[in-house]
Amino acid sequence: MRNNPKALTGLVALGVFVLFAVVGPWLAPFDPSTRSNDLLQPPSSAHWFGTTHLGQDIFSQVLVGTRSVIFVGAVAGVVATVLSVLVGVTAGYLSGSAGEGLSALSNVFLVIPALPLIVIITSSLPETSNLTIALVIGLTSWAWNARVLRAQTLSLRRRDYVEAARANGESTWRIILFEILPNLTAVIASGFVGTVLFAVISEITLAFIGVSDAGGWNWGTVLYWAQSQQALTQGAWWWFVPAGLAIALLGTALSLVNFGIDEYVNPRLRTRSSTRGVRMRVGFTPVLAKETS
Amino acid sequence: MKERILEVRGLNVDYGLGPESVRAVRDVDLTLHRGEVLGLAGESGSGKSTLAYGMTRLLPPPGIVAGGEVIYTLDDGSTVDLLRIRDADLRRLRWSEIAIVFQGAINSLNPVQRISTQLVDVLKAHSARSTPKARQDRARELLGLVGIASDRLHSYPHQLSGGMRQRVMIAMALALEPRVVIMDEPTTALDVVVQRQILRTLVELRERLGFSVVFITHDLSLLVEFSDRIAIMYAGQVVEEATSADLYRTPLHPYSDGLLHSFPALKGPRRELSGIAGSPPDLRSMPGGCPFHPRCGRAMDVCATRTPVLGQSTAGRSVACWLHPVSVG
Amino acid sequence: MSYLLKRIGFYLLTVWAAVTINFFVPRMIPGDPVQALITKQRGQMTSEAVRSLYVLFGLDKDESLASQYFSYLGQLLRGDLGMSFTFFPSPVADVIGDGLPWTVGLVGITTVIGFFLGTAAGAVVGWRRGTWADSLIPVTTFVSSIPYFWLGLVAIALLTGPGSFFPASGAYEIGLVPNWDWQFIGSTVQHGLLPGFTILISSVSGWILSMRNMMVTVSSDDYVTVAHAKGLPERRVMLAYAARNALLPNVSGFALALGFIVGGTLLVEIVFSYPGLGLQLFQAVGAKDYPLLQGIFLIITLSVLLANLLADVAYLALDPRTRREG
Ligand SMILES: Nc1ncnc2c1ncn2[C@@H]1O[C@H](COP(=O)(O)OP(=O)(O)O)[C@@H](O)[C@H]1O
Ligand SMILES: [Mg+2]
Repeated sequence: MRNNPKALTGLVALGVFVLFAVVGPWLAPFDPSTRSNDLLQPPSSAHWFGTTHLGQDIFSQVLVGTRSVIFVGAVAGVVATVLSVLVGVTAGYLSGSAGEGLSALSNVFLVIPALPLIVIITSSLPETSNLTIALVIGLTSWAWNARVLRAQTLSLRRRDYVEAARANGESTWRIILFEILPNLTAVIASGFVGTVLFAVISEITLAFIGVSDAGGWNWGTVLYWAQSQQALTQGAWWWFVPAGLAIALLGTALSLVNFGIDEYVNPRLRTRSSTRGVRMRVGFTPVLAKETS
Repeated sequence: MKERILEVRGLNVDYGLGPESVRAVRDVDLTLHRGEVLGLAGESGSGKSTLAYGMTRLLPPPGIVAGGEVIYTLDDGSTVDLLRIRDADLRRLRWSEIAIVFQGAINSLNPVQRISTQLVDVLKAHSARSTPKARQDRARELLGLVGIASDRLHSYPHQLSGGMRQRVMIAMALALEPRVVIMDEPTTALDVVVQRQILRTLVELRERLGFSVVFITHDLSLLVEFSDRIAIMYAGQVVEEATSADLYRTPLHPYSDGLLHSFPALKGPRRELSGIAGSPPDLRSMPGGCPFHPRCGRAMDVCATRTPVLGQSTAGRSVACWLHPVSVG
Repeated sequence: MSYLLKRIGFYLLTVWAAVTINFFVPRMIPGDPVQALITKQRGQMTSEAVRSLYVLFGLDKDESLASQYFSYLGQLLRGDLGMSFTFFPSPVADVIGDGLPWTVGLVGITTVIGFFLGTAAGAVVGWRRGTWADSLIPVTTFVSSIPYFWLGLVAIALLTGPGSFFPASGAYEIGLVPNWDWQFIGSTVQHGLLPGFTILISSVSGWILSMRNMMVTVSSDDYVTVAHAKGLPERRVMLAYAARNALLPNVSGFALALGFIVGGTLLVEIVFSYPGLGLQLFQAVGAKDYPLLQGIFLIITLSVLLANLLADVAYLALDPRTRREG
């Protein structure tokens, strides 16, 4: 990690968001739902991000909303990751129709459009809380990683040491736990980060179309009110810019972490492309001007 | 007097830059004469491929040529340094003068294009004025040269067997009648029968067309019957160079001797050569003195402290070993 | 052709799964969602319409689950998706029929253009690794992390308003009657530009990143080095050897990612009040219009599967190894 500035930047930024998620509600200068007489004010020293049509403080809404975003992202990420490991590794390890069946199952879940599915499920639920939203997202978004894990497991299964362990009569669970899973760590981690990103965007999107935790705040609810109260036509750019930037920053942080993992898994991607003025090129090996030794 | 066609001088090739880098080819001098077959042998990992791709500037990242010269003599007698000419000139020279058959033909062919397209590609790039019809005919003729029926011309690589793919690569290498063909373990992945067939084709073609060959293999016994001169590589250095006959009769370097008396697996996973104990050194932490001394049965005190250099030994042959010190003067 | 048959079989399985999900999900809805409507519209609903809604929501308590399931399937096969609550008394099928062409036109066209543009740009960026092109990566990463709909909001705030060429909402000038004359087509294009660009910018960056990574990976494959060794022109090596191979995983990635992309792009319609399925989905969620929600889900799934099938055919044409011949 230390020699991977991208991943490091991503992790630090992610840490800041998690910190806000924990302490945000205490730091917030106002209660995000409390109305005041400062209606639709642009950013000022009292209201850093301005106010809504009801005089609510947008900075507090964004800050308080961080917790819900991180919570849903983390819970959905964990649920989807556990499911994808269960389905993917089993599908990869089992040969024959059981493996094929599990693989078909993940492919089915993969091609069914995720967001509309999440929308019909959440809007049919008796109540939506952060937890139910996180669970629905988690339960519907494991397929991509399961597919990746299955492919990895298939190739691991043919490695010598796994074959050897099987020949020695080790139990299937021992082999999966001690020979296969440790080699999948990076892939699982990358899948987790990817799912968190997807879950965050999904939660915000759901909130934006009006499905969210009743009474709670997240960045999507801020945007929902901005949209339904015509913030745009009133020129209230401060109403939707901060929440959107927060999403983009969190998304970038997660993507950076994933780049780091990708470069670790696939060494060809490492950008050692131009060190010390020498450009590495396929097909025309660089020639150093002078002897270096 | 044989004319030189390709001469490598003091070539150094590294993987990586700066403190992280390892030197995979060190101070290599090599001369290829017109019409000659030069064998390059050594255990796997000794730097043969790195040398071949380094001197043609085809080594993929993180490979870097850290120094040296590669002098090529053109038809008109003028010389160029392959490491110093412009990209466009190098591109023109490639394949028309120096062609390469890569290690592992399975990966050398573009999986999504027909054999015909890949053969014609070369012809088109180097002689733009030829007609499509002429190029097709030439492609067919080339396949005939290596014994492949012309109805295979429009096949995709995955429809051909390993042996056939290797033949296609050889045909492709000969497409522009180059003067030098470098072959990196062209038959290693194939079974013995196919291997023999391909080598026979190759010998025939060489006699007919008269190109020079740099033939790389870890199987020294194969080289002995097939090449004029042999250079032995160990840990990125050439440790002995001799005519095939000399090397076969009296290998001077203990490593050459070991290679000659080991029986590498022709097929299947590479196993350790039975003639030499131990394994090649880690390039990051090379032993002091002669790099071979920890494995050498005849090592002396001097071997651990001073590095022998390749030179005319007292025996009148080129070797880097303290058993055969360089003749002074 | 067995490859294609297998894929079609798989898509049929997926359709069945989507239909089954659609059958079970409404059973979680608390209370009787239909009763409220019936009470409100008393007298205006035919008994047939009421029945169809009951089948849809599984409110026939007398029937067994299995027979409920089969009457549901039968109803679907007849193209009966029930009656929309919000657009009462229009059947869901008609409502969707109004929205679908707009969505296919906007989302379909821009998604495909985005894929081609992004793939082309990614090929160049990946090939020119180690040059200025690398500096595009942080920018594209940032852009691809922005939700589509938010970019739409920004576009409206910046580019529309009094006197602007770009209209902020709708699919055509209010007052025009949809038909095939130039005035209408011109108005449609004018209204489609901004939402289209929004989708394009968001989706292009994702393809740039994935194609770039594939190019970098493929560039160190042996056949690319061989192509250089053959002395081929740089363009030829890049296009016919590297990009041609890097394209394959990108096409299968396109097929797999469609389900994800479509969700995001639909939301752009909401921001621009563009009268497609996305806007209808938004209205249906707000009004708890379950039949419409389910109908939209089914139609979107079917469209994505159809697009998948097309991507499969493209893949078949691009990768000779999937074809069985010789
Ligand atoms: N990409 C690389 N990075 C670092 N070291 C490498 C790389 N590729 C090869 N090497 C090292 O270079 C040495 C020579 O390899 P190679 O030229 O392939 O040997 P040969 O062709 O004789 O089998 C080996 O010790 C190998 O470990
Ligand atoms: Mg080699």
